[in-house]
Amino acid sequence: MIRAEHIIKSFDGRTVLNDISVEFKTGCTNLIIGRSGSGKTVLLKTLVGLHEPDEGSVWYDETNYTQLGFMERKAIRKDIGMIFQGGALLDSSTVEENIKLPLDLFTEQSEEEKMERVNFCLKRVRLENANHLYPAELSGGMIKRVAIARAIVMNPRYLFCDEPNSGLDPQTSIVIDNLIHEITKEYNITTIINTHDMNSVMEIGEKIVYIHEGHKWWEGTKEDILHAENRELNDFVFASAMAKRAKGM
Amino acid sequence: MLKFFELIGRYFLLMGKVFSRPEKFSIYRRRIVYEMEAIGIDSIGLTAIISIFIGAVITLQMCINLESPFIPQSLIGYATRETMILEFSSTVVALILSGKVGSAIASEIGTMRITEQIDALEIMGINSASYLILPKIVAAVFFFPLLTILSIGIGIVGGYLIAIATGIMIPSNYIEGILIDFRPYSITYSLIKSAVFAFIITSISAFFGYYAKGNSLEVGKASTRAVVAGSVVIMIFNLILTQILLI
Repeated sequence: MIRAEHIIKSFDGRTVLNDISVEFKTGCTNLIIGRSGSGKTVLLKTLVGLHEPDEGSVWYDETNYTQLGFMERKAIRKDIGMIFQGGALLDSSTVEENIKLPLDLFTEQSEEEKMERVNFCLKRVRLENANHLYPAELSGGMIKRVAIARAIVMNPRYLFCDEPNSGLDPQTSIVIDNLIHEITKEYNITTIINTHDMNSVMEIGEKIVYIHEGHKWWEGTKEDILHAENRELNDFVFASAMAKRAKGM
Repeated sequence: MLKFFELIGRYFLLMGKVFSRPEKFSIYRRRIVYEMEAIGIDSIGLTAIISIFIGAVITLQMCINLESPFIPQSLIGYATRETMILEFSSTVVALILSGKVGSAIASEIGTMRITEQIDALEIMGINSASYLILPKIVAAVFFFPLLTILSIGIGIVGGYLIAIATGIMIPSNYIEGILIDFRPYSITYSLIKSAVFAFIITSISAFFGYYAKGNSLEVGKASTRAVVAGSVVIMIFNLILTQILLI
């Protein structure tokens, strides 16, 4: 479980997150949705510790992450996997080296054990035989899948995904969504996904938090979202003409 | 002025992070070898070309300016050797490499910053500053003195070759000159300077890259700032080290 309590975050005097409190459950795919610039990514990066909140705290289970020192955070970070919007694979390393890096640095496993784990993760994301390719040689979907493999290689307890579908075609997006969902269930991970893709919401959204102009505007399930009365949420969810027709707006 | 001191403060904080205990030395050893190739071996060609021409030019200019029956020709070889050892092979080569190596480091790390690769390392629990910057510093501090020795040798050979090719002076006088009054301490002085300059180039470039923000345009600007700042700091330290080590 990850819990944010009264998070406030500003940049150069501009408040980006305003008193956000929310709880994300273990074993669920938790989605943060909202328009571009609404503060989703800042919230995700604050939860993960890449940004420090001006006020408020972030809890990982019973640990107040915000108050931890560098070394204590480092211990928790080994339990965190993150999939960045662009994949964020190391350009100068092969797929295999990218995935193996955390094992090299933080485990005492033999080279054989490490390779076994790397190949298992690659198989899990259906990317066998891509070991020696460089990120520049991969398609957008493959980059995301390698990023997932890297994120799960250390058996994380918490998985963060920043717009995992951005730049992907609808079919590949569904493949990525389902993969994240399956992994979440399989390893009982607390997964938080940032997205503005409504297909993702309807496919895998178990808990959905809608962020509007830095405020938590709404939260609920994918079933609730269809019947919500919140105007801003409806404007966002049913933005397309097709969706409006479907809802009879 | 306040911004300037803030910049220096951030630089030292970053260096503190860079020199904190590495996660696993075996990984760093591999990266140091990789960086030696990228920073050092790939700079051999440029260093050699520049050094041979500069050695030749110094010899030509000395010949033209010291043309007098009262000045022995061997002084030309001596002056070429001293110029190469004391100033050119350490300082000028460092300035040239500041452009080549410094901009490459700033661009590489800056691109990693804006594409969130550095964030990805941090999330994995890796000290990104140490992992990315320390191997570059170690590789450069180790390799730049070797480039300096290479540059000295090639520069002196360049002077000899131009003497043969143009006949502007008797080559044996040149050889005699390069053997006059040789002080090994000059080499030590040159190597110390090149090691310090290597640290300056890599750390400053890495600093500007590490704190790059925004888009590719900003990475380009960070790269330019890194080269300018690195060159200025090299000149300042050239003065300081000369004062300390030679006077």
